[in-house]
Amino acid sequence: MLLLETKNLSKHFGGLKAVEAVDMRVERERIVSVIGPNGAGKTTFFNCVTGIYQPTQGTIRFQDRDVTGMAPHDITALGIARTFQNIRLFGGMTCRENVMIAAHCRTKAGVFGALARTSRVRNEERDMVYRAVDILRFVGLDEKQEGIAANLSYGDQRRLEIARALGTEPHLLLLDEPAAGMNPLETQLLMDLIRKIRDNGVAIILIEHDMKVVMGISDRVVVLDHGVKIAEGHPREIREDTAVIEAYLGKDHPHH
Amino acid sequence: MSSLRQAIKRHGSFFLVPLWAGILCAPFTGIAAATRIALVLAAGVLLAAALRTGTITRLAHTLFSGSARMQGAGRRLVALLAAPPSAFLFLAALCVIPLFQNDYYRDVLTLTGMYVVLALGLNLVVGQAGLLNLGYVAFYAVGAYTYAISSTRFGLPFWPGMAAGAAVAALAALLIGLSTLKLRGDYFAIVTLGLGEITRIVLNNWDSVTGGPNGISRIPRPSLAGYVLKTPLDFYYLILLMVVITVFAMRRIIASRIGRAWIAIREDEVAAEAMGINTFKLKLLAFVIASALAGCVGVFFAAKMAFVSPESFTFFESVLILCMVVLGGMGSIPGIILGAVLLVMLPEIFRDFQDYRMIGFGIALVLMMIFRPQGLMGAGKRQ
Repeated sequence: MLLLETKNLSKHFGGLKAVEAVDMRVERERIVSVIGPNGAGKTTFFNCVTGIYQPTQGTIRFQDRDVTGMAPHDITALGIARTFQNIRLFGGMTCRENVMIAAHCRTKAGVFGALARTSRVRNEERDMVYRAVDILRFVGLDEKQEGIAANLSYGDQRRLEIARALGTEPHLLLLDEPAAGMNPLETQLLMDLIRKIRDNGVAIILIEHDMKVVMGISDRVVVLDHGVKIAEGHPREIREDTAVIEAYLGKDHPHH
Repeated sequence: MSSLRQAIKRHGSFFLVPLWAGILCAPFTGIAAATRIALVLAAGVLLAAALRTGTITRLAHTLFSGSARMQGAGRRLVALLAAPPSAFLFLAALCVIPLFQNDYYRDVLTLTGMYVVLALGLNLVVGQAGLLNLGYVAFYAVGAYTYAISSTRFGLPFWPGMAAGAAVAALAALLIGLSTLKLRGDYFAIVTLGLGEITRIVLNNWDSVTGGPNGISRIPRPSLAGYVLKTPLDFYYLILLMVVITVFAMRRIIASRIGRAWIAIREDEVAAEAMGINTFKLKLLAFVIASALAGCVGVFFAAKMAFVSPESFTFFESVLILCMVVLGGMGSIPGIILGAVLLVMLPEIFRDFQDYRMIGFGIALVLMMIFRPQGLMGAGKRQ
């Protein structure tokens, strides 16, 4: 079943066509990887889908709804969550608080509720804590829930970013280079985690440079180069696509 | 004590600070007073060095470890101060102490209370949501003038007047916020700076409504069940009540999902937005609540003085309140209370040096930024 569809999606910065006429479809419970050389427009594509950038042209439909130009927090509330390439955790807060922040759009307590601290507000707060701990356990960070986010190791920070994104209860998760800076063991654990998230009914779009990850877990791969989609298909097909090899794999990343 | 000696050796340059302050003050105060200031500062630096190296803690430990009984008593004392009942004891003390003081002390305490509420309000904007508001005094003025005008012209009583003052200040903040909070932080600071000045200038020149530089006098006093509040002690208890309510409300809001969302916005606005937080709405909320609170204090101020004029609402007031928040520690309620107490009480204690208190302010803020940028009691980035 179709979850996300972009049609003719373009984002121009002055004369620079960062993303140009990209059509993409993501079905439920699928893992789609977006690859391409640096500057190919992958992160810009993410920023358009999550509402951080307004697309210059084209439409984005999510669950049969036009979300083009909506505010980021409204898009998140509809069920699209993301992580950031350059980790953007709330560094001074604990791991648990980071995940609890993500539940903001799923909770209701207002100023007067907070002042009166009614039983409804107390229950909601308690449920938030339980859910956050559940999610932290899911990504394997439950033992560090009281730890300050900024003090975590690099790999743990990446996993906390994923936990925080899951805290918004998404149907679609956009991961921007989650394996960057991870050692082979951490990368293996990350791949298991991504599969586990997919098995829980969340579709995933993955930007990744590590070809072992991309080829290992993707249902489909989309290749961008200079903002344009140059290939799309099963990982096996992409591996043999001459245009892709020329644009990307052959030059920058020799095939492993 | 040897570690203290080492600390002095290592941080010897700290002692240049009193010397520098003394030299700065000498032309104004004369050599004798300047020497006194330098000596006081030197004692302060020595104390700070002692605290830093733990000399005081060890001394206290030696004192208390004299006998097991003493140690137990010491521990009980510490536990008592940390436990919640101590808050009630503290409150009881605040209720009783002014009974044995003269009206001057009561007025200083009332003034302190007003600034505590103002600083706690500003903290929501600056400390929680991370927006630099340089015109906070505008909303304080709006509250004061709302009550002054509506009570002298239309006979509005104090309690509805307080609601009106808060509502008008909140409405003003809503209108300003709707148009400026979409701007990035620096622009918001500039807009609020301008707002503060515009408000004062309007009050100064709109003679038919605000009375211009002469202000508005004979503002009615509040009454409670037929009893008219007029002595300094009455107003002290009223502001104490406002402080207690404010502290209670702040603790609850900051601990709620809204308080967490504010901190998220302060730490990383883009990430907060991507995590589903409507950052514009929440910044607006902080700005409106803080302004409503300033409006309430404004109404209190007008009723207590029975007189308002534009000169009470200068840019200096905004800076003073901002200093309380920064000095005490952004985001920390006890810290901000401490900041307000210090910045109201110290100038009163050092009344002889009143003309030079800006020098003191400057020195204090520079030292804070160098040695403790997170404020006296601020958690800052927890490590």
